[in-house]
Amino acid sequence: MFRRIFFDRTTKTWMITTMVIILLMPVIIGVGLYLKSLPLLEHQSLRTLLFTSDWQPSQGKFGFWPFVAGSIYVTLIAFVLSAPVCLLAGIYLTQFASSRLVKVMYPVIDILAGLPSVIYGVWGILVVVPFISKFLAPIFGTTSSGYTIMAGGIVLAVMCVPYMLNMITEVFKTVPMGLREASLSLGATFWESVKHVVIRKSYPGIISAFGLGIAKAFGETMAVMMVVGNRVQVHFNPFEAGYPLPALIANNYGEMLSIPLYDSALMFAALLLLVIILLINLIFRYFIFKTRER
Amino acid sequence: MTNNPTDTQVIQDCTILSIRNLNVHAGNHHILKDINLEIPKNRITVLLGPSGCGKTTLLKCMNKLTDLYRELKVTGNIFIEDDDILNTSKNIPSIRQKMGLLSQRPYPLPVSIYKNVAYGIKLKGIRDRKLIDYNVEKHLKEVGLWNEVKDRLHSPATSLSIGQQQRLCLARGLAVKPRIILADEPTSALDPISSKIIENLFRNLKENYTIILVTHVLRQAIRLADHVIFMYNGEIIEQGTPDELFNNPKSEKLKEYMVEGN
Ligand SMILES: Nc1ncnc2c1ncn2[C@@H]1O[C@H](COP(=O)(O)OP(=O)(O)OP(=O)(O)O)[C@@H](O)[C@H]1O
Ligand SMILES: [Mg+2]
Repeated sequence: MFRRIFFDRTTKTWMITTMVIILLMPVIIGVGLYLKSLPLLEHQSLRTLLFTSDWQPSQGKFGFWPFVAGSIYVTLIAFVLSAPVCLLAGIYLTQFASSRLVKVMYPVIDILAGLPSVIYGVWGILVVVPFISKFLAPIFGTTSSGYTIMAGGIVLAVMCVPYMLNMITEVFKTVPMGLREASLSLGATFWESVKHVVIRKSYPGIISAFGLGIAKAFGETMAVMMVVGNRVQVHFNPFEAGYPLPALIANNYGEMLSIPLYDSALMFAALLLLVIILLINLIFRYFIFKTRER
Repeated sequence: MTNNPTDTQVIQDCTILSIRNLNVHAGNHHILKDINLEIPKNRITVLLGPSGCGKTTLLKCMNKLTDLYRELKVTGNIFIEDDDILNTSKNIPSIRQKMGLLSQRPYPLPVSIYKNVAYGIKLKGIRDRKLIDYNVEKHLKEVGLWNEVKDRLHSPATSLSIGQQQRLCLARGLAVKPRIILADEPTSALDPISSKIIENLFRNLKENYTIILVTHVLRQAIRLADHVIFMYNGEIIEQGTPDELFNNPKSEKLKEYMVEGN
């Protein structure tokens, strides 16, 4: 009896402790990064840090806009390319595909989602980069080395598809059969039922899958870094090289730390990444909340 | 309807739906075995039988909802007003609109109360706002829901109670003007009062609709049935009037079922 109560109490304490640790983690990381980036924040105003493009660390000029813009651009391309594919593939797999195809596809998706990002990066260098320099850029009437924002976006899109598709199929699978039967019995066609009922019912889930996908894309480092060119510039042209935020940190940390404030600048970059990803999550939470309400 | 007794007789003896040699397989599992039956028009036909005997599957065949389940192989004929729906080239959605489905649990569509009822009307191609409004109101009144929801027609259907949701599902089914109502244990998730409401609705609806009702409640069957079909293990064992079946059951299976069922 005593033993059981003892265990009951201690498990409770344990669970609360682990919960607190998990909850504190982002706070601790955030505070740590903030403290480390304080020297830079004292050196320059937040506005100039975020919205100027002058990146000359040796002269004490730190404009992060090229990196922020690069990240946003790459993520945007990845999202625009992958979201429709995921949605359509998810609908097809859960609503139309034969069970044999489904049995083959799910493990394939799982494997793709689990591949390390270096592999996607290598694939990008071998396939996507030449594809862009030889075919895509000429089609659009420009020349390009291939190591471009576009390459980063495509590689990222390919990485995001299995990741988001995994979540989206789960979402569609939770739509009860009875709901589809109800819609069909009212005279809807198969596709009308999918459109008005299955997708509608899945809105919150689709949005959260997209949100998680975007957050993952924004923070993805390795694969993007390998194909994106890593040049500090702001270009609207996707066939130019770019330099996303995570790549900045990964490429430079541990080098060039003799430059004053450089260390602090990289910490600030990490903080920026953290804040942006938190913001993306918050925005999508809000959307989910809004669609649930309806 | 007419007051002429002979005309009424004719109408009542009509068959609205008949099934010939219906077989349903799922892999090696023979779910429905050589089903032959006739459903009388403007009557309540009750499907009885132990769990797993194939009642729901039979209902789904009548509506071609078996299309949703690839693993099911359906053969035979189902005639509804001279259309063999299993082998027709006609538009399946419009054939499905001849039947309203009421399932075991209410499945309100993920839209507002109003749009739930308007859904089927719009699918019929009706776009006139006034006509839709009129029909929504009419059918919500028909199921006695209008007074409860008229002030919140545009709130989500899921905000209704389960009993109200079930009546909403009935209303949206009636809104497509079906000939037949397929009801699969429509009261099994409801409280006694909501069940009573549904039962009374069925009694009134019989005037204009043919009702096929699956139920596990023997008393409900006795209260409502004009015609009873007893199934066991995918086969029809007995069918006839409630008096014939309940007072003089011929088969052992039905006798057993009636003892255990009540
Ligand atoms: N899609 C399916 N795939 C395989 N087997 C099925 C499928 N649908 C139904 N069955 C099988 O068919 C049999 C009859 O099922 P059905 O749902 O029609 O029974 P029921 O009479 O409605 O039972 P209950 O009273 O419990 O609702 C069951 O043995 C069931 O396992
Ligand atoms: Mg059933």
